[in-house]
Amino acid sequence: MPNVVLRIFRGDRDSGKTADYEIPLTPGMVVLDALHYVQKHQAPDLAVRWNCKAGKCGSCSAEVNGRPRLTCKTRMDSLPHDKPITILPMKSFPVIKDLVTDVSWNYKVNRKIPAFKPRPGTDWRIMQEDVDRVQEFRKCIECFLCQNVCHVLREHDKHDQFGGPRFFVRVAGLEMHPLDGLSRVGLLKSELGLGLCNITKCCTEVCPEEIHITDNAIIPLKERVVDEYYDPVLRLVRKITGTQTKS
Amino acid sequence: MTNPVNGKFETHEHDVLITGAGGAGLRAAIEALSHGANVGIVCKSLLGKAHTVMAEGGIAAAMANVDAADDWRTHFGDTMRGGKFLNNWRMAQLHAQEAPDRVRELEQWGALFDRTDDGRILQRAFGGHSFKRLCHVGDRTGLEMIRTLQDRGVQMGIDVYMECTVTRLLTDNGRVSGAFGYWRENGRFVVFKAKSIVLATGGIGKAWPITSNSWEYTGDGMALAYEAGAELMDMEFVQFHPTGMVWPPGVQGLLVTEAVRGEGGILRNKNGERFMEKYDPKRMELSTRDVVARAIYTEVKEGRGTEHGGAYLDISQKPAEYVKRKLPSMYHQFLELADVDITKGPMEVGPTCHYMMGGVRVEAETAATTVPGLFAAGEVAAGLHGANRLGGNSLSDLLVFGRRAGLAAAEQAKKQDARAIDPDQINAAEREALAPFERKTSENPYMLHEDLQQIMQNLVGIFRTEEDLHSALGTIAQLNERAQGLSITGSRMFNPGWHLCADLKSMLTVSEAVTRSALARKESRGAHSRIDFPNYDPAWGKQNNIISRRGNEMVLQQRPTAQPPEELQKLIEAEKGAKA
Repeated sequence: MPNVVLRIFRGDRDSGKTADYEIPLTPGMVVLDALHYVQKHQAPDLAVRWNCKAGKCGSCSAEVNGRPRLTCKTRMDSLPHDKPITILPMKSFPVIKDLVTDVSWNYKVNRKIPAFKPRPGTDWRIMQEDVDRVQEFRKCIECFLCQNVCHVLREHDKHDQFGGPRFFVRVAGLEMHPLDGLSRVGLLKSELGLGLCNITKCCTEVCPEEIHITDNAIIPLKERVVDEYYDPVLRLVRKITGTQTKS
Repeated sequence: MTNPVNGKFETHEHDVLITGAGGAGLRAAIEALSHGANVGIVCKSLLGKAHTVMAEGGIAAAMANVDAADDWRTHFGDTMRGGKFLNNWRMAQLHAQEAPDRVRELEQWGALFDRTDDGRILQRAFGGHSFKRLCHVGDRTGLEMIRTLQDRGVQMGIDVYMECTVTRLLTDNGRVSGAFGYWRENGRFVVFKAKSIVLATGGIGKAWPITSNSWEYTGDGMALAYEAGAELMDMEFVQFHPTGMVWPPGVQGLLVTEAVRGEGGILRNKNGERFMEKYDPKRMELSTRDVVARAIYTEVKEGRGTEHGGAYLDISQKPAEYVKRKLPSMYHQFLELADVDITKGPMEVGPTCHYMMGGVRVEAETAATTVPGLFAAGEVAAGLHGANRLGGNSLSDLLVFGRRAGLAAAEQAKKQDARAIDPDQINAAEREALAPFERKTSENPYMLHEDLQQIMQNLVGIFRTEEDLHSALGTIAQLNERAQGLSITGSRMFNPGWHLCADLKSMLTVSEAVTRSALARKESRGAHSRIDFPNYDPAWGKQNNIISRRGNEMVLQQRPTAQPPEELQKLIEAEKGAKA
């Protein structure tokens, strides 16, 4: 099998440039295998984040030939070999070193979301058809590729006003849990900035778990925000009865 | 915060320090927090990426939602039988009794398992379990579990030190007083002071080249405990999962969940023969992992293997939609990585190093090790699984003993004043960590790792002989010599080659312990198969191998297994008669 050239970003927060590494292809090789080859034979200090190498942990995200991908699931034979394969770190997060980025912001956003709280008196009987939709959201492996491509974060850098698709998916999983007793609609509207999303579906396109982020999570959540804050009839009902509604 | 000891290092102080943030570590953290302890949790990777995330098939718990006849007694009997009676009976009992509550608890914290028709948690069949017992979410049960625990822990206010590796436990007069480690990101050192420490660091699979384990699985917890004076037990029992991917080369060893067989998958050799008929006609594909792994290995060795040296595993007789729903990640894994559509044709599979039954010796009730203040839970601990673990018993192990370890560690911390940190130990740990940058030698850690993996695969694999094991011990000694010359280039900033130098020290320690124990056990039992001693030896069936450190020397001794009380013994005997 032929050799190919990897053009990999080498550097840190302050400076860096790409460097070329020629490696031999093997059958079925994925980009992460190629990076490991470089580590072993040419650059022992090449920083790459990875764990399971099976598409289950979401650690090895990078931008391969300009496309945000899990490197463990990107086959080398799906990429053209006649020119160097470019591998860059995710753009929306600060670089730590080489392909490793600082994703700690995501963990900070996550802390803002109130966890599952069961409704009092539930008997824990749940039908499969009532969990199918939530199970889709719970497939998320937190690779943060959706965060990386979302233009609100990538181009407009609104990390302080916006939660990003990953956390809309998490909130959707909680809000649509058949036994959950909290409402996180206020949080979506204010701190998580759901209104900033203009449903371009970039997140859905890159999701390795094929979660329908926009259609199944974001749009229904937007509808709940609208119902809660902008529906005049419901507002009147609440005003008269003095009740809170759980969306 | 700087260190009051010498002002040199960043220092953090906790009642309870937990190393490892998989299922056991997180469950321990939750329990310790809920008992009022101040808890820190250190993990080598980002939170939520630990090995638990890869667990596929399910959590074993006798909930009796599908098979009403199931109860803890049967689960206990299955676990003891699967472990060939070398298990710590009390751990097996506690595990079987408490697992259902631990699963219900996960549900109350927001986990959403697949459901039965009447809305309860669905359970599936698995090897060695008498009833349908595995609570699951398709084939991504581990993800559901780790996310649930992580969210719970975060909500409770857990302090997480992510991408931080502990390289040494600090002791004060034989009792743990803290830990020393480094931040992966910038290579800076950090000291943790703690009243009690829970090891939850997982297994050792990275000492073998064909493994389902991630880079993190380098035996750190066992090596740390050993260095601190704790005992290791049953180290010869390394589980080779029967079904890993065998092709293409880059994915060799990647796990193919036992749920494929649980859902009806059939094993065949290249001649189309359903070979499990020869090895276990009664349980067939759902025999225990040790038996199925040896069967596949033997078929391949005797020339009946597939093109790439494995066996065929076929689930394509089931409707395509059913396969995609029950085994979604297997479907994608084979389609994307091996160009195989498992709804249309068979997979090629072969054994892969998967799980460590042995580990740090602990008390059943408290998960306490032999070092005061040090606890261990999950894969790093020994005892529950004996000579062979049943599928599904690992996730329940993490929950049951993670909880017990967290509770005991918190109680211990309440009784205990903070211990002194010995600056000499810190300085020694620093010198050791920095040595690879200062050496003028050229020993490459990646090459040393590859050489270790080759001997473990070739000489300490599924089938073992005295000659091979002797030879392996000699080579490990040479590798230990070479490890003194490990050198690394680049800076301390996120430098994987440097990180590997530290991991190699752990891998060499556990590899030696595995080999010494395997050499001593002159019989075949569970996952330990000696070609030169192919049968059970009743005398060995009542002995555990115990490894400990005497100076710089690794010593091995035997200790009799504890015998269960009469009513449990009867249970095992009855089960043996009925189903062995």
